[in-house]
Amino acid sequence: MNNMRKIERDVKMTDTKITARSVNVHYGDTHAIKDVDVNIADKTVTAFIGPSGCGKSTFLRCLNRMNDTIDICRVTGEIKIDDKDINHKSVDPVQLRAQVGMVFQKPNPFPKSIYDNIAYGPRIHGLSKSKSELDEIVERALRRGAIWDEVKDRLDQPGTGLSGGQQQRLCIARAVATEPEVLLMDEPCSALDPIATAQVEELIDELRQDYSVVIVTHSMQQAARVSQKTAFFHLGNLVEFNDTGEIFTNPSDPRTESYITGRIG
Amino acid sequence: MTSYHGMFSALLILVPVLTFILLWIALQGPVVDRITMAGLPEGVLDGLDSGGVQLVLAEIKSVSRGQIFGTPEDWKIAAAGRYVILHDRADWWLFAAVTILSLALLAFARSRVAADFRARQGVEGIVSGLMIFCSTVAIFTTIGIIASLSYETWRFFERVPVAEFLFGLNWEPQIPLREDQIAAKGAFGWLPVILGTIVITVVALVVAVPVGLFSAIYLNEFAPKRLRSIVKPVLEILAGVPTVVYGFFAILVVAPAIRSFGQSIGLDVAPNTALAAGGVMGIMLIPFISSFADDALSAVPQAMRDGALGLGSTRGEMMTTVLFPAALPGIVGGVLLAVSRAIGETMIVVMAAGLIAKMTINPLDSVTTVTVQIVTLLIGDTSFDNPKTLAAFALGMMLFLVTLMINILALRIVRKYREAYD
Repeated sequence: MNNMRKIERDVKMTDTKITARSVNVHYGDTHAIKDVDVNIADKTVTAFIGPSGCGKSTFLRCLNRMNDTIDICRVTGEIKIDDKDINHKSVDPVQLRAQVGMVFQKPNPFPKSIYDNIAYGPRIHGLSKSKSELDEIVERALRRGAIWDEVKDRLDQPGTGLSGGQQQRLCIARAVATEPEVLLMDEPCSALDPIATAQVEELIDELRQDYSVVIVTHSMQQAARVSQKTAFFHLGNLVEFNDTGEIFTNPSDPRTESYITGRIG
Repeated sequence: MTSYHGMFSALLILVPVLTFILLWIALQGPVVDRITMAGLPEGVLDGLDSGGVQLVLAEIKSVSRGQIFGTPEDWKIAAAGRYVILHDRADWWLFAAVTILSLALLAFARSRVAADFRARQGVEGIVSGLMIFCSTVAIFTTIGIIASLSYETWRFFERVPVAEFLFGLNWEPQIPLREDQIAAKGAFGWLPVILGTIVITVVALVVAVPVGLFSAIYLNEFAPKRLRSIVKPVLEILAGVPTVVYGFFAILVVAPAIRSFGQSIGLDVAPNTALAAGGVMGIMLIPFISSFADDALSAVPQAMRDGALGLGSTRGEMMTTVLFPAALPGIVGGVLLAVSRAIGETMIVVMAAGLIAKMTINPLDSVTTVTVQIVTLLIGDTSFDNPKTLAAFALGMMLFLVTLMINILALRIVRKYREAYD
């Protein structure tokens, strides 16, 4: 009883955005995610770390129901965003994905102009009434993506012509343009060089002011640099979830310690 | 390394010997024929034209096979005997020559076997030579086809002015049977013929493009796996149906149906309409377009789909705004290839389209096509020295040029836009 009240208080104090309770994911016969419980706070960067195949990306994709697009994937358990069950029948996954933006591992700009890439989401969701309003949205998103100065003179050129780092920031701007509340990032820097990575990390830190950001990363340095909370996944289990500083300096689970010191993974 | 020496020897022997045998077999017949004819008694061939000489040779050959009709002259029987002996002897000569050649090559190959001889490079050289030969066979054949087509076309244009052929509005490929015949001078304007081809092609595309495209879109993105696993093979079977079967379908089912339907609503419908031929041709092209479009859609990276879905678009929005534009070059290329197939398609139109060339774009009328005209011009006993027959080659040449241009265009489009995404 006492314990229950403590959890409730936690929710209020940290302003929880996403709560997941006993989430299980099966890919056909493979049990990819095992009973994961996690609270993800608003206006915070939460990092998911863990060895390859540990399920961190799979869990990330549960949060905007991208796993629905995979036939053999089955998700059970409860995931709430703002106290609303996202797997409930009344929730349209299409609407959910507008609310929960996603940035992928490899920059994937559409083979369209930079402008059309950004305007894609606002257009399909009818966020603008006029061309000038759309122009504003595009500019705002590109500024948020910290790429406006680099592309403002060539908005009509294809987004695929940008460099890898620019493409990834374009994709972040594209996700931001639909005005999501949560931003999911699946290893957003793994295809980028160190300079582009630094730019994207800086951007992630800025985005924290407005969004709840969840980032999957292979780089523990990156998790330490950008996140306030870190979750360590191992073989489908959420082993440890705590403040980032705590995880990297004083891990409570031996598996976490082995991983961050480089012994497993 | 040793196996390369063995392979090198084998190739060194087999390639020349097989080439030699093929050449021998190809040349043995004509050479033996020549020798036989040269050995005939003097005077028997006097006064015979080339056809007559051929007839004598054929008779000798049939006698040599034991098929005797009537009573052949003695010299023919003697010639037949010589013919048989020559062939037998030629076989022995071949056997001897091959043996000697093989042994010589074997000795040569054996002498090359040594520790420092790079047999692998030798083998690779020979094999790559063979591959080069195989890959150029098609090219040389094409060049040969173009050359013969060009020659016959040139002969046609010697008799009929180019301008009349290109811009004439009448197509009546008649020639006077006798010198003094006044009627039927013949007109060789290809425009009504190509217009018929265009009408039928357009009808075919109106059927094939939407149906093929939508089936590809459905199968690629929306269909459940089970349905896809059934429908896709069935579509591929449709692609394997011989066109003559489509022709039956057109004349026996589609054409009468269109005619009776048209008459029931008071339209004047020809028995062999462009609509029936083109419609059935369109059905033939459905799997062609659908498999091209399916390939093009499948080639769009998964990252594009994820990106679109991740931004909250529905599958339909993803298809129309991202996948379809990204796949468009491939789809356009496929459609253009379908166009050139429709233009060149022969069997369906021979069976279901008309024979009379008319300047009309009414799909309910009967039209003829370039391919139909080529077939009708060449059917039957024809000699290749009058404009009527030669016109077929001119038409074929134009057909070749048109489809070639469309194919080049298709390839350019596909190539130019292929790297729009990576």
